[in-house]
Amino acid sequence: MPHAVNEMYDESGAVRPSYQKLAQWLGQQSPERIAQDRHAADLLFHKVGITFAVYGEGAGTERLIPFDIVPHIIPGERWNLLEAGLKQRVQALNGFCHDVYHDREILRAGKIPSDWVLNNSQYRQEMIGVNLPGRIYSHIAGIDVVKAGDGDYYVLEDNLRTPSGVSYMLENRRMMMRLYPELFAQASVRPVEHYPDLLLDTLRAASPRAVEDPTIVLLTPGIYNSAYFEHAFLAQQMGIELVEGQDLMVENERVYMRTTKGPQRVDVVYRRIDDDFLDPKTFRADSVLGVPGLFDAYRAGNVALANAVGTGIADDKSIYPFVPEMIRFYLGEEPLLKNVHTWICGRPDDLQYVLAHLPELVVKEAQGSGGYGMLIGPKSTRAEIDAYRRRLLAEPERFIAQPTLDLSTVPTYAGDELKARHVDLRPFLLSRENHTHLVAGGLTRVAMKEGSLVVNSSQGGGVKDTWVLD
Amino acid sequence: MLSRTASNLYWMSRYVERAENTARVLDVTYRMSLVQREPAVAESEWYAPLNITGTLYPFKGRYSTVRSDQVLTFMALDPANPASILSCAKQARENARAVRVTLTSEMWEVINSTWLELSKLSGKDLSANPQAFFDWVKERSHLFRGVSLGTMHRSDAFQFMRLGTFLERSDNTARILDVKYHVLLSGPKEVGRAVDYYQWGSVLRSVSAFETYKRVYRDAITPLKIAELLVLREDFPRSLQFCLHEVFDILNRLSPSPRAEVLRLGGELDSRLRFIRIQAIFKEGLHEYLTDFLSRTQALSEEISRTFFRPDASAGPGHEFASMPRSFTQISEP
Repeated sequence: MPHAVNEMYDESGAVRPSYQKLAQWLGQQSPERIAQDRHAADLLFHKVGITFAVYGEGAGTERLIPFDIVPHIIPGERWNLLEAGLKQRVQALNGFCHDVYHDREILRAGKIPSDWVLNNSQYRQEMIGVNLPGRIYSHIAGIDVVKAGDGDYYVLEDNLRTPSGVSYMLENRRMMMRLYPELFAQASVRPVEHYPDLLLDTLRAASPRAVEDPTIVLLTPGIYNSAYFEHAFLAQQMGIELVEGQDLMVENERVYMRTTKGPQRVDVVYRRIDDDFLDPKTFRADSVLGVPGLFDAYRAGNVALANAVGTGIADDKSIYPFVPEMIRFYLGEEPLLKNVHTWICGRPDDLQYVLAHLPELVVKEAQGSGGYGMLIGPKSTRAEIDAYRRRLLAEPERFIAQPTLDLSTVPTYAGDELKARHVDLRPFLLSRENHTHLVAGGLTRVAMKEGSLVVNSSQGGGVKDTWVLD
Repeated sequence: MLSRTASNLYWMSRYVERAENTARVLDVTYRMSLVQREPAVAESEWYAPLNITGTLYPFKGRYSTVRSDQVLTFMALDPANPASILSCAKQARENARAVRVTLTSEMWEVINSTWLELSKLSGKDLSANPQAFFDWVKERSHLFRGVSLGTMHRSDAFQFMRLGTFLERSDNTARILDVKYHVLLSGPKEVGRAVDYYQWGSVLRSVSAFETYKRVYRDAITPLKIAELLVLREDFPRSLQFCLHEVFDILNRLSPSPRAEVLRLGGELDSRLRFIRIQAIFKEGLHEYLTDFLSRTQALSEEISRTFFRPDASAGPGHEFASMPRSFTQISEP
């Protein structure tokens, strides 16, 4: 296996050009100042209330995500390649969503096995033939990328349903500018602060009603949701109402919010609730988070949902291996970003290989998220691997496997010392008709434990500011 | 604005105001307890905070005696007592959390950090230095109000917060006066006794009215004038008249129609306070008058909820953090 790339130091131990200003500055700071700043950052995050709820630790448990002050720096020319690759990918994924709910050309062309798509639990029959403005399904996408041992960027995962984390991208930057304004004066870091404006423009463009000032709301499951802070933060930054299901109602296939002055028509719902819970009349009947009749209003074209219903078919881990094929099929281009080789355990040949190589592979549930329930072969004990093998054999179709990537590292404070820790990056892409854009940066997640490859905040991962240089 | 948001804002400010008023009552009771008196009288003083907040029965379910340290812990920092300062701060913060979008970040930071600091004290004993704690609670409430006035957009959201503040404040002033009325009515023959001076002074101090009284009346403290100041003065910010006049003014701005029942109820309350004399109230009986006032504000509070927070009957599940006001206080003396 190739060695992990250190983003700050090259193989000879010399500081890479992108990190030179930072390294010089770090060298001039006293350990006391750094320790003070890290403490100040914690206090500030707590005071502002940037916490996230942790499932399984009792209701209302709130935790801070560890924030590390050493940024993840990406040179401008590398970013430009990454950006082009990400846009290409999201455009193809949106095209795929439209296609599988309409003419299914990619299936008829034999590029992806039909039953793979049509029998997938993420394929929403209800969306067949529903026409969406601009044919946009994933207005907001978060694509997880990593730099592997060969120095290339790989896409680890596409998040097209309700990707979260963008508030941390914004707050991490705000924190760094508050702590180290002098650093920003020296390094030319591309801005990310205008993300909420771009998001609002994207949501406005999604309105099915041609009114000058469409009413946009952010639909949250409520204050106990792990991402509630982000929902509140984004609604505030955009100046839109943060609503819960109980605040909305549907009449004559139109959506209204309940206000102190009576019902008010809603045009666009930026929803941070999963498809299953959106509308108890169409999806899960036991959902108390959703709005009865919302889907009827949606299908009638009277309200936009961002993201659309049914995008799960495109970011399902069992569909992931076909994304390069989608790019070729819909755009007629070669993929600019690499896919990680993926074995689909539901296929007998793949399963055979996976079972024989468990200690080298990462195995995940195709429907899983948040880093729960995955096996990292090289970091697991014999017993853990055997236990996982039994789960795999019981229901192979639920799993996929990938080679263990050696994610690149960025120096990170462990106690008072800087240590190499693995990172990934989630940039956020905004799409409207014929146009996809993104701010230069994203959320860098860092595994705080030595050698760990799991960056998920639910598993104790931390975050860093991401700097894209000019 | 969103009905749920309006409700959360209204209850958030009610809980902030309630925490402050509870701190005031405890503070004054504690000061009184430092004045030397017979033990029986001293003990009876500690019933007042429980009666004012309507928590005597739950308290007696927990403790067999009524001692200062017990009441202080129960009313200040007991997480199991929904009327404790700690619980009020928690409710205020939970309501605020649900409407963070509407608050300025400064407002949220005050309310959040107040809760974070208070939660560290949960269940602790206060008897070493309770006054520092009460001062702190009052300061946090003042800070929150100041930050709100200084930073918040003058939208309907702002008005719903003020609505909660003034209704809660009038409720508290009326309860304090009601529980202490026997002190005020203990008769003219005892005028001049040092204890009475402290007693009456304590009623005034518990609503920050001591200095105002001196300035307005330039006179010895008498029950009639105390009641006049706290009930009828339109220029004292904690009097019933002042609070209900604000409430009526706010309802005029918010009301969906000029014929709304909520406006009629508010107007009636305002007018009743504006055109009555204190002598007439004493003739009717101060306790009876205040009892009637509290049931009228309760009715107004319910109408506010019907009009603004539940604009249609088919509204989904109830508001998670908003809660109904305390039931009318049972007055019981030892």
